[in-house]
Amino acid sequence: MSSSTPALAITGLSKTFDRKVVNDLALQVRAGEFYALLGPNGAGKTTILRMVAGLLQPDEGSISIFGIDARRDPLAAKRVTAWVSDEPMVYDRLTPLEYLEFVAGLWQIDAKTAQAKAHELIGWLGLGPHANELCGSFSKGMLQKVALAGALVHDPKLIILDEPLTGLDAGSARQVKDVLLGKVRDGVTVIMTTHILEVAERMAERIGVITHGRLIAEGTLTELRSRIGRGQTSLEEIFLDLVAQDDAEPAAA
Amino acid sequence: MSAAPASLSWFARHEINLAWREGIAMMTGGRRTRGIVLAAVLGVVYVLLHLMAYTILAPWVARGITPDKPTLVLLTGGGLLFWSVMLSQALESVTRVYYARSDLDLILSSPASSRRLFAVRTAAVALSTVVLSCLLASPMINTLIVLDGPKWLAAYGTLAALGALSAAIAVAITIALFRTVGPKRTRLIAQIVAALVGAGFVIGIQAAAILYYGSFSRFSLFESAAVISAAPGVDNPLWLPARAGMGDFTALAIVALLGFGALALTIAATASSYGRHAISATGLSHIRNRRKPAAQPFRTRSQRAVLRAKEWRLLQRDPWLLSQTLMQMLYLLPPALMLWINYGDRAGAYVVVVPVLVMAAGQLAGGLAWLAISGEDAHDLVATAPVAPRAVLTAKIEAVLVIIALVLAPLLLMLALSSPQMALVTAACAAIAASSATAIQLWFRVPAKRSMFRRRQVASRAATLTEAFASILWAGTGAIWAAGSWLAVGTAIMALGVVGLARLLAPRR
Repeated sequence: MSSSTPALAITGLSKTFDRKVVNDLALQVRAGEFYALLGPNGAGKTTILRMVAGLLQPDEGSISIFGIDARRDPLAAKRVTAWVSDEPMVYDRLTPLEYLEFVAGLWQIDAKTAQAKAHELIGWLGLGPHANELCGSFSKGMLQKVALAGALVHDPKLIILDEPLTGLDAGSARQVKDVLLGKVRDGVTVIMTTHILEVAERMAERIGVITHGRLIAEGTLTELRSRIGRGQTSLEEIFLDLVAQDDAEPAAA
Repeated sequence: MSAAPASLSWFARHEINLAWREGIAMMTGGRRTRGIVLAAVLGVVYVLLHLMAYTILAPWVARGITPDKPTLVLLTGGGLLFWSVMLSQALESVTRVYYARSDLDLILSSPASSRRLFAVRTAAVALSTVVLSCLLASPMINTLIVLDGPKWLAAYGTLAALGALSAAIAVAITIALFRTVGPKRTRLIAQIVAALVGAGFVIGIQAAAILYYGSFSRFSLFESAAVISAAPGVDNPLWLPARAGMGDFTALAIVALLGFGALALTIAATASSYGRHAISATGLSHIRNRRKPAAQPFRTRSQRAVLRAKEWRLLQRDPWLLSQTLMQMLYLLPPALMLWINYGDRAGAYVVVVPVLVMAAGQLAGGLAWLAISGEDAHDLVATAPVAPRAVLTAKIEAVLVIIALVLAPLLLMLALSSPQMALVTAACAAIAASSATAIQLWFRVPAKRSMFRRRQVASRAATLTEAFASILWAGTGAIWAAGSWLAVGTAIMALGVVGLARLLAPRR
């Protein structure tokens, strides 16, 4: 695998439920990049990410994670990937430490390494006093931190997050953002969907805009600004402009 | 005419509306044809139950039913068995009135009276208990009405009064638990009490029948001369419910007054504290539950071992499951007793034990398999882990089968000491029954939260029915095989047919 191998390369990806949700999508995310995927509700963002994480079978197309064909060898792809959704995937009747022990076991991390890593993450995320309490009594923010610790305990090369900041208070959101930026500095690739455009504006190196299951625009903030021909516009205005343009096109046609 | 908002009748209409829609959704699963087919099947079963009731009751009616002591003992004993199940059901339902959140937060945060809501919901518990009991008892009662006259209509009135009494007692027990052990433990203890009440009395009577008469039939106790002669005279108030059921209208009036009066008084006395107790139950989700850290955390194990360990840990910490398992274990007590008192006797005495053990294995496996296979709270986590889906399923099935083996092992060992052949037959049939129930749960699996366990039986009626029929047929196979008859091959083929039918009905993946 060369250093230029993209973290994620998607070509011709399609998925149909009662309608076409993802439509011949092509997308590349570079290794070590923070990539934000934006789009209105129902645009197909979650479906795309669930297919990348191996939670949904695509109808057509290919997904390559660090050069691994995720459709042909899903287990190898999963070994280097972590998935965090807006609904924390945590067991009510396990403590954070027991949860991390379970996740480490699933990813077959050596017990000694896993234990050290788990304690480090628990401390880092401010969960230390609650390490031996059952997760069932935790707030949404604490649960999301436990889920994030679970995603990081096996040192993934690619972290996929679907609306990870939904429902978090300012302090917890800040902590999650700091952790993600720290991971990107360490060379980890982060792909995140969010409706909080300020977060994408501040954190992401590149931004992709999806509507009707297609990528309609992609680039850095500056590139997106120049695309719509306005210099100091906020991402919110760019996003609304792009979506409105895309909605108007079929009507005009 | 519309009721005034937040009045008693307004709440009642709201509850009826919700219950009706939920009932229709459960019956039809969103498809009209499914509801019609199910109604037709239930109709046929209902008619068959009437025919069965006829064959049981016709000789009794022919001999003439008079309110003498043996009849009163038999009706009261049988009625108590039935009422203990009603009380257990009411206790379960009342606990939900306090703990189920759904719209409770919305209503308790509104200026509407929580007393009225409590009155309506407690009445709904009584009503659902009565309706269910009447449905279950109706084949017997209807047959008696046809064979012995309309005086038996009074049995429905008696059931209604006893249903109201069971709701009143259930509320009293729940409130007493809130006051003594607090909201944190009330739910668990109430569930265990419900399981003990539901199964305990039935099993106690069965145990007494085994100890004194060497018979599994609970009714042998109520028909014994010793019990009848020791029972109080026919004028004793103990027989009032039996007399009321037989059409004695004075007795019916007294029983109705007692049942409905107790319910009205309990509601009046406890309604004011409902809001307080329900709110204290809400606060439970914020109470931190600290666990003692494991002596040796983070062991290096295979992925399957990690998954099994997780399943066992979660099952062990599930209070609802604890009460359900306790119920299953209680049903194993009579066969255990039978084994103990007949120890050293000829093996033939154990034939009756075999189907009970096989049935228990199938039922326990069905519940545990749902929890392990479908009830996955972090489905996405397991699905995104580098574990082959087959390995995940294998680990979960292993987790279930190991528990069944642990529960049955002591009894099988006792059986093996007296009759190794019969122990072998039981072990084989129990293993097949548990595997069938697990396979059915596997074929019908739908990812759900573990807290949805209560609804698993309505999520797929095909799964529930085939699982139950397969367990019954494997139990029958075990009994016939243990008796040394080749007819066991027939029931085994029927059981395999049911399992095959489940496979055909299961959604394709």
